[in-house]
Amino acid sequence: MSKGTVNINVHHVTRIEGHGNIVLNARNGKIEKLEWQVPEAPRFFEAMVRGRSYEDIQTIVSRICGICSISHSLVATKAVENAIGVEVSEQTDKVRLLMHFSEQFQSHVLHVGYLVAPDLFGAPSVVPLVAKAPDAVKTIIGLHRLANEWSELIAGRITHPVTLRPGGMTKVPTEKELRELQDRIKKCMPNLKVVADVVFSVAGNLPNFERPTEYISLKQDKPPTYTFYHGEIGSTDCEDTVPVNAWKSVANEYVVDQSTAKWAKWHRDSYAVGALARFNNNAEMLSSGAKAIAKKFGLKKGCCNPYMNSIAQLAETVHVAEAAIQLIDQLLTKGVKPETVRVSPRAGKASGAVEAPRGILFHEYEFDRKGNCVGADCCIPTNQNHANIQKDFEKLVPEILNESEDSIRLKLEMLVRAYDPCVSCSTHMLDVQFVE
Amino acid sequence: MAKPKIAIFDFACCEGCQLQIVNLEEEILDLLGGADVVEWREAMSEKSDEYDIAIIEGSITRLEDEERIKMIRSCAKVLIALGACATIGGINKLKNNFDLDEVKKCVYGKAAGKAHLRTGLTKSVGEVVQVDYAVPGCPIDRKEFTYIVRSLLMGKKPEIPEYPVCVECKAAGNPCLWQYDQVCLGPIIRAGCGARCPSNGFRCFGCRGYVDSPNVDAAKDVITRYGLNIDDLKTKMVLFGSKQEPTIYE
Repeated sequence: MSKGTVNINVHHVTRIEGHGNIVLNARNGKIEKLEWQVPEAPRFFEAMVRGRSYEDIQTIVSRICGICSISHSLVATKAVENAIGVEVSEQTDKVRLLMHFSEQFQSHVLHVGYLVAPDLFGAPSVVPLVAKAPDAVKTIIGLHRLANEWSELIAGRITHPVTLRPGGMTKVPTEKELRELQDRIKKCMPNLKVVADVVFSVAGNLPNFERPTEYISLKQDKPPTYTFYHGEIGSTDCEDTVPVNAWKSVANEYVVDQSTAKWAKWHRDSYAVGALARFNNNAEMLSSGAKAIAKKFGLKKGCCNPYMNSIAQLAETVHVAEAAIQLIDQLLTKGVKPETVRVSPRAGKASGAVEAPRGILFHEYEFDRKGNCVGADCCIPTNQNHANIQKDFEKLVPEILNESEDSIRLKLEMLVRAYDPCVSCSTHMLDVQFVE
Repeated sequence: MAKPKIAIFDFACCEGCQLQIVNLEEEILDLLGGADVVEWREAMSEKSDEYDIAIIEGSITRLEDEERIKMIRSCAKVLIALGACATIGGINKLKNNFDLDEVKKCVYGKAAGKAHLRTGLTKSVGEVVQVDYAVPGCPIDRKEFTYIVRSLLMGKKPEIPEYPVCVECKAAGNPCLWQYDQVCLGPIIRAGCGARCPSNGFRCFGCRGYVDSPNVDAAKDVITRYGLNIDDLKTKMVLFGSKQEPTIYE
């Protein structure tokens, strides 16, 4: 086969959540077809919540994604509360944030440790790494377990939380449990450094590729926070933030033939969300330990190498650990009390936003006066990244077309993985026409 | 004796049940030490067509997926349905309560007619091919999964509870959530989860499916005792139990 002639058809990229295909046909240096395809079975959640009580929404939509079920439950609960006009206590807000941190920690450790690291070590999965780097794998497993037990304590279980309800929590952790959790998080900090050192030792295998794009994430100025949970929509392409309720003017979703998931664009042809987007918008608000990680890897604000998303995740893992230690202090200082929740439904329509581990996530619901859902619309981080992945492909492939087919395939797969896509998520919730 | 080969496949679902396998942490290596995992797309790049035990996550929603599951069934000696989507159709079955064309228009708008967006009625795996063993729950319980796989690897038949969640809930010392005006499905849903939701103050919403002989009369008695509406009960039953027995009549 002559140079510049490749036929790559990765039917279902492995080590990602959900089903995606990579197709590249090139002849004599000319690209004939290059597509990031999403054939995942669509699941129609927005139709499924119609007619359901406001109390059941987060239980249903949590099932959009097993990996970011906490983010889906939290954003749904926030949107429902906004729609029916319920405010939650400061304690509830803080406990939920602590729950959200556990998911960032869990998801990032899973992604960097189990799904990305094998590429950097030249292994097909984490299993052969057990023999290659047993101590590192053991450390990663220990961190993953901590994250899961942290979720279990606050959310009632690891996946699909059962302690959230509109207006509050069904159960809050005791002060003793919080102190024990805080102690364990403090003790894990050296292990995070070990993982960072291991990734650093193979970071040279991260491809050197750049493509400037728009980065979108939540931004919070008051108080200045590296936010995952509060704030408005911010972009590296504009100074002003946009209120969460206006998210449709940001996402501008559209349907394309190569995908069962919708695509999104704002100021350019495509935009990116996720850890690198949050970093590019909010880096100066990272905790000191997280800043040290970014510095070690040479990750600077304005970075437009998508492969560096995994490094931004590493920095964020340290950030949420340090932020959680502080948050638990705040909870303990005020004392934790059980709360009674009384909510009366009313008609309304509103949105909510949180940062899922893989990027900004929007849900919107409308309810009738009995509190039954008459319309829903959700916009998933991976949807927002699909167009950006395609545009990255289009810039990357001409730059590497002289390399071997195996090398091109690996770099394309690694690129998809770097976005930490949740493909089944992205095909689950799309646009909806509200029933008038 | 050669180690049995295990392959894990996913269909329409959230992949949260596979995540519970990952969440076994070191125990995965111990559990699967007695087997060879030859395909697991979410975690590994290796692929294979030769396997003895197929573990299936997700429900079947498209014709091409029916073909795929039939192919997997023909290769596997033992087929295990993993989680609510695979065992009872799960939350995906809520879609079956609506007209399919309307569902598609609701989600995809004017683009709904495009060929790649086609969808059929949601089916559990057992509605398409024979299922040998089921691991219920949304998500699955890690301990129960370990028990079932370990039993099979040792050549034993795993048994899962045939009694309702109320039994485990009482044993856990929880106050009955019906006393707090929550429509809890504990009386008719299969135990084995350790009554995790009620233990966290959240009603049982039935993710494990009904016990083989649910005591529907008892459930009706409970509703009547707390002055609640039978429609409330039916609505809650639809969450994970859409288009499934038992139906409760007035």
